[in-house]
Amino acid sequence: MKALTRSVTAAVVLMAAFGATAAEIDPAVVFDMGGKFDKSFNQGVFDGVERFRTETGVKYREFEVTNETQREQAIRKMAQRGANPILGVGFAQAPAIEAVAKEFPNTRFSIIDGVVDLPNVQSVVFKEHEGSFLVGMLAVMASKTGKVGFVGGMDIPLIRRFACGYAAGAKHVNANAEVIQNMTGDTPSAWNNPGRGAELTKGQFDRGVDVVYAAAGGTGTGVYQAAKDGGKLAIGVDSNQNYLHPGTMLTSMVKRVDVAAYNAFKTAMDGTWKPGIQVLGLAESGVDWALDDNNKALISDDMKTKVEQAKADIIAGKIKVHDYMSDSSCPN
Amino acid sequence: MEEAFVFVVLTATATVRVATPLILCAMAGLFSERSGIIDISLEGKMLAAAFAAATIAALTGSAWLGLAGGVMAAICLALLHGFACITHKGNQVVSGVAINILASGLTVVLGIAWFHRGGDTPSLEAAARFMPITLPLADTIAGVPVLGTLYSRLLSGHNLLVYVAFLAVPLVWWVVYRTRFGLRLRAVGENPTAVDTAGISVTWLRYRAVLICGVLTGIAGTYLSIAHNASFVRDMTAGQGYIALAAMIFGKWRPWPAFGACLMFGLLDAIAIRLQGVHVPGIGEVPVQFIQALPYVLTVVLLAGFIGRAVAPKAIGVPYVKER
Repeated sequence: MKALTRSVTAAVVLMAAFGATAAEIDPAVVFDMGGKFDKSFNQGVFDGVERFRTETGVKYREFEVTNETQREQAIRKMAQRGANPILGVGFAQAPAIEAVAKEFPNTRFSIIDGVVDLPNVQSVVFKEHEGSFLVGMLAVMASKTGKVGFVGGMDIPLIRRFACGYAAGAKHVNANAEVIQNMTGDTPSAWNNPGRGAELTKGQFDRGVDVVYAAAGGTGTGVYQAAKDGGKLAIGVDSNQNYLHPGTMLTSMVKRVDVAAYNAFKTAMDGTWKPGIQVLGLAESGVDWALDDNNKALISDDMKTKVEQAKADIIAGKIKVHDYMSDSSCPN
Repeated sequence: MEEAFVFVVLTATATVRVATPLILCAMAGLFSERSGIIDISLEGKMLAAAFAAATIAALTGSAWLGLAGGVMAAICLALLHGFACITHKGNQVVSGVAINILASGLTVVLGIAWFHRGGDTPSLEAAARFMPITLPLADTIAGVPVLGTLYSRLLSGHNLLVYVAFLAVPLVWWVVYRTRFGLRLRAVGENPTAVDTAGISVTWLRYRAVLICGVLTGIAGTYLSIAHNASFVRDMTAGQGYIALAAMIFGKWRPWPAFGACLMFGLLDAIAIRLQGVHVPGIGEVPVQFIQALPYVLTVVLLAGFIGRAVAPKAIGVPYVKER
């Protein structure tokens, strides 16, 4: 039995090594809960890998995780079948990637939104607080009541980081601005519960909020719908979601997960793939706010100037946006 | 004072919105279980109905056709359940679980095949949804203290299906306790042999019960996808069918107590939503986790301490085999 295991491992390692040296790559992506059409985070990754496929003609393997136990199984399956590189999506896949990456030291892994410290893993994280700061400013400038809302998905430090940056941006414009925050839940189903998202949003509107920012994956669709039904404004997240409801989508906090996903595959193909941690903020165009035809009527020139100024200041280091994950607390 | 009153009214309004699918499902389950058919497939029927309603509303642009489609989908699954459990005397729990799994998988597969949005349906325009109805004079008397607020905020401004759900409760009570059909329905769940001896078809009675169950779950599913929300999202029922089932057992298989249990679940959910991040005088900000655990904690406490023994219909879960 031991001999068998050893020979299987050897074969797998050999295959993996072969895959790594050849220019032909066999990339794989494992989407997380929420699914590749969540119009938000996963969909951003999907757009990125689709762009890679259309540009290079290289097909990729994919899997959509629908419950928590599947993450590690899916990633291990991909590795066993010789996929390389393997792209994991979302913080929640970090433990799974870590476990599998140790078993397959010759396979390259990339993870977006999580950090795994291994020699064959590339971790891409974003400074969401910087992008959220900008949309927080826009929210308060667009608000008539001075009260703005935030609806998070699952209550985790990453989402608190969005909330904290948003609140900081709001207070930067108006120190008296009130930010009302809600989290959808404590389990991964909180990424896919639009009904609850809509209820939370209506609750915030009842308390005087008139601009709401959702960082909640698929739950966000309920938030945006509630804003549209209530005639208020909403701010999208991760992908540019302005097109969902033109007229009531103030802007979107764009996180270029598509670029990160594309680069993970492209660099592997070109042989320039590197392990380690990449942190993408405003300066690296990793995060930004979205302005297009769908929302330009809602953004006045004054708002635009102020936000662009703040953006330049953050890049120059004149404004420091507090990162919730640095000390697990938020000064606002 | 005024602010506290508005808070109470708004919480009550949210309760009504959240409790609507629970009430419809609890009433649906009541019919089925009173006739002796265990129905844990409320969840699956509601999900299938939600998908069918959203699909048809998206294709035709008509909320009414959506409702018809949703009800039809739920009826089909109800008949399937009936065919397995009544005609073929299969295990009712197994059949129910199978329907739940079928609905959860089939809706996503069909959704991906038809709309290419990962199982979701397109967002609906206002015309294809049941929109809030403003009751007569609601705006005129909104300024009247207390009564005006109550009328304009709590009673008015819901969509049609909410009113249907609340009217369904007295109707179900009347049917179950005041009609010949209701008497026979209760009898067939307790002692089908006696009903059979009286010359009444057990099979036909039970089929009628699951059909009514299908219609009500169909309305509940339709409410979720085209009235409360504006599209179908995969697994959007999120366990509400099971909560409705629990509410019905809480209410000891009776309409009014079950209705009360649904409202309680709805209220706890609404409070959980409203109290997040609110400073409660004297306590400070209540931790989110505590608020979110509250409905479940209270459920356990109430079940253990206050509700007492819930006695199910005697013949529940037992297929009726006619003696030859």
